Amino acid sequence: MHRYLAGEDDRRRMLAVVGCSSVEDLFVSIPAEVRCGELLLATARSEEEVRREFWALAGRNIAPECTASFLGAGVYRHVTPAVADALLQRGEFFTAYTPYQPEVSQGTLQAIFEFQTFICQLTGMEVANASLYDGATAVVEAVLMAHRLLPDRPRVVAAGSLHPDYRAVLDTYCAPQGLSVVTVPADATGRVNAAAFAKAVGSEACAVVLQSPNFFGVIEDLPTLGAIVKSAGAMAIHAVAEATSLGILAPGGAFGFDVVCGEAQAFGIPAAFGGPHLGFFATRQAHLRQLPGRLVGETVDSEGTRGYVLTLSTREQHIRRAKATSNICTNHGLMALAATIVLSLLGKKGVREVALASHATAEYLKAGIRAQGAGGKVKLAFPEAPTYNEFLVLHDDPDGLLARMKEELILGGVSTTRFGAGLPRGFLVAATEHNTRQECDRLLDALRRLA
Amino acid sequence: MSDKTSLRQREGLIFERSSPGRVGYQLPPLEVPPADPAKTIPAGLLRGEIADLPEVSEVDVVRHFTRLSKWNYSVDEGLYPLGSCTMKYNPRINEEVARLAGLAQLHPLQPEDQVQGALALMWELEQALIAVTGMARVTLQPAAGAHGELTGMLMIRKALADRGEKRRVVLIPDSAHGTNPASAVFAGFEVVEIASTAEGTLDLAAVGKRLEGGDVAALMVTVPNTLGVFEPEIVKAARMLHERGAFLYMDGANLNAFVGIAQPGKMGVDALHINLHKTFSTPHGGGGPGAGPVAVSDSLVPYLCVPTVEKAGSRFTLSYDRPKSIGKVRGFYGNFGMLVRALAYIRSLGRDGLKLMAEGAVLNANYIRKGLEADYHLQYTGPSLHEVVFDDSLQAASGVKNVDIAKRLLDYGFHPPTMSFPLIVHGALMIEPTESDGIDELDAFIAAMKAIAREVRESPDLVKGAPYGTPVRRLDEVRAARQPVLRWQARKA
Amino acid sequence: MANPSDRLYTKSHEWVQLAGGEATVGITQYAQEQLGDVVFVELPAAGKQVAAGGVLGNIESVKAVSEVFAPVGGEVVAANGELEAHPELVNQDPYGKGWLVRVKATGAPAGLMDAAAYEKFLAEESH
Repeated sequence: MHRYLAGEDDRRRMLAVVGCSSVEDLFVSIPAEVRCGELLLATARSEEEVRREFWALAGRNIAPECTASFLGAGVYRHVTPAVADALLQRGEFFTAYTPYQPEVSQGTLQAIFEFQTFICQLTGMEVANASLYDGATAVVEAVLMAHRLLPDRPRVVAAGSLHPDYRAVLDTYCAPQGLSVVTVPADATGRVNAAAFAKAVGSEACAVVLQSPNFFGVIEDLPTLGAIVKSAGAMAIHAVAEATSLGILAPGGAFGFDVVCGEAQAFGIPAAFGGPHLGFFATRQAHLRQLPGRLVGETVDSEGTRGYVLTLSTREQHIRRAKATSNICTNHGLMALAATIVLSLLGKKGVREVALASHATAEYLKAGIRAQGAGGKVKLAFPEAPTYNEFLVLHDDPDGLLARMKEELILGGVSTTRFGAGLPRGFLVAATEHNTRQECDRLLDALRRLA
Repeated sequence: MSDKTSLRQREGLIFERSSPGRVGYQLPPLEVPPADPAKTIPAGLLRGEIADLPEVSEVDVVRHFTRLSKWNYSVDEGLYPLGSCTMKYNPRINEEVARLAGLAQLHPLQPEDQVQGALALMWELEQALIAVTGMARVTLQPAAGAHGELTGMLMIRKALADRGEKRRVVLIPDSAHGTNPASAVFAGFEVVEIASTAEGTLDLAAVGKRLEGGDVAALMVTVPNTLGVFEPEIVKAARMLHERGAFLYMDGANLNAFVGIAQPGKMGVDALHINLHKTFSTPHGGGGPGAGPVAVSDSLVPYLCVPTVEKAGSRFTLSYDRPKSIGKVRGFYGNFGMLVRALAYIRSLGRDGLKLMAEGAVLNANYIRKGLEADYHLQYTGPSLHEVVFDDSLQAASGVKNVDIAKRLLDYGFHPPTMSFPLIVHGALMIEPTESDGIDELDAFIAAMKAIAREVRESPDLVKGAPYGTPVRRLDEVRAARQPVLRWQARKA
Repeated sequence: MANPSDRLYTKSHEWVQLAGGEATVGITQYAQEQLGDVVFVELPAAGKQVAAGGVLGNIESVKAVSEVFAPVGGEVVAANGELEAHPELVNQDPYGKGWLVRVKATGAPAGLMDAAAYEKFLAEESH
């Protein structure tokens, strides 16, 4: 038998009760034509053997922890307090399921209620759901909500400065809904041009997606653009790929946006080669009935004690089926718990401090690149643009340069060539409070020598 | 009775613990010169300190979340027979290896030569899932089961468009998970529900009749179905669909029942999703993250999500060269952390252990069925695989509903079965024990269910008032929905 | 509670009361009992045209959604705004304060039952 399963004696006794002479008798309902022989897999392995295999696999990768890493482009390495993972590893949290039975799930439910509160505070919105898969699918859900609210408007306008993965996923989901997605490119300032934008929005758009800070790290003029969207009668969506930016930047909620949504991986969730991360979604009370995904609400028990339940479930697939506001069932609950723990630890002071430190570190790098002057081989793509903690550096051969820096254990940025044609040649550099001054100086020095 | 006086019971919200000046984390000193954001960012785009964020110490946070955790029931504590959810044991070695820095800290946009181990791992998992399902290829991108359904249906949509066909209709049995119709609609289809037969299985004649319209794109069917019964006509259904140019989508939520016994590839399935958080033990996490890879037949391989992981010699690459691809359904490549855990599980069990797993799941379900069939009504009596669906009709005469039985079960220390579906069973008690437990735990569960059946006969009000021993009593869901309070707010002075 | 005899009933458990070309619509005592505690009522805005037998709105309990069908066609004149804050009125007083909408009827209702016929229909339904 196997260490995860019961033993021979269990099996023998149960078979006797069930009235079968062998386990095979239990599968008589499965016809011969669909049966398979032995699977083409190795036999069971001991824990130690499994550990060895995965150590070997991990050893074939370069962990950014062992380098000076400035990788971002939607995934950021910030503070990861030891407490967060220690609490996540409590079996009471990670081996439970969706809190369908509130009387024995108050831990998960209260934590989600706290998560919803944090997201409302960060985004300046009135209601937030219990999480979505990631930033890209959060943007999609926002657009689909707008489509339900404004079904007669067949167009979606997306800024050209939206993360290319978000845009790709948006295209995938919009096609079957008959929604056409049009792009308003960023101009020479690295931002969406307000006049071109107003023209594109027109009267046909149900949703307008603006990412800020945008894919190039530039902070968009949300108040101006938001006002254009509102006057056109469309739903304004503020997408956030770097959630710690909300520690110092005003969210769309402050400018009348209908949805603020995106990716909250930056709050202490490991990069994990792209997932699981944490989609968040916040909107106005007025759109509550159209919200996708789960919601936790406060109530009382039969003795008047405060408690929490899943609520407004009639929006969801298990009740409304084909008419549900989303098909999502399993969401990213444990990631929401991780962010809730990290946000609790950071608190009022820390959320701001992380943002200020990340911004200051990026400004230091930008100043260093500027200082290389006209003789430098790299230059800032948008030298005048306001940025948070990421910026685009122009270079003719970004992949070659990044490869040379890697030899010195510097992961200097993300090449724009990873995202197909249409982007300026260069690489995105992201800085966080995790990066020391020494790391920054190494990067600047490497750019001087190797570019 | 629950004790409302202990500290554990009184734990409020983290915001209510806030005390000015407390901090829970210290950043390293800023070595670079401080930068005033107002110097580079227009003032109108900045914000000040966020009001009402909590100020708590590290100790406060540890105490708070530890106390919350104690209010949860979990697989680590005991049997969690939530039907269709496959709440099996989550091995700790999976958690350990998923946290290796060389896996957990990898950035998805590192160049391929820096992440060969990660790509190899994804490739190995795809090969393992191909071995299990007998399908042609697998995309690991979808984040959950429902996400996989959508992905599969988008591929079918694209394949039809490629043939120049605009088939609009997807057939779904009335016993299906709610995600099936929702996913079909988000993939741009219309849903036509097919009533189940008197045995609760797929009505092949009804499917055949609806196929005559020529507008059917696919049938979505769960195998074994949500009653835990193998669909006896699945091969015929596949043949009928294919003859009419339609596809067969299999909801793989119940794959746990026949791993190593049968293969969807031999059933004529064109696409199925695999819930790694069910069959392959990745933890449910209080509601995710999961992972929902989709396995497809040759006919759908051109439409897989990009990128795929390809192997050339000993080198692995991320390939975007798939001109007919549906594109991407999420950022990056999938819930990689969950993929690591699933592969660790597959390695731990191996081909022999995986088969033992399915056998154990089916034996355990049948043992519970045998143990409870005298006390609870079984509407559909076909042979059970991994789960068994009783109902509350024997208890209804005493005015006791499935929800009351569920709440009373909490007092006996067990998580209740699923009640919200299948919709074809009124008052359902859908029990899926999984393979994780031995005879002693199952006996304890059976004894508890029998004791409740007795209580229903003798003192139904006791059952209707349950639970009594949980951290909170029955909660007022009507109040929560009528006056939604969805966030904490500071009391204004 | 008896079903009042001053109005007509549908097989989908709505009632309609006609007065001078205007029809008031609600759901029956039986319907509200089946639904359980109503938590939300979604009604059309005044001015909307509805067809007889078309979907008029939705009534939600905690775990179910039920569509309300229009017993007569016409233009919606008013929806019961009270239900926004007090959906429980549908449970407490389905034939009075729990009314749903008033419709300016464009035709005579067809195929409806009087109270006696509706009660007979209910008795048959439960068998």
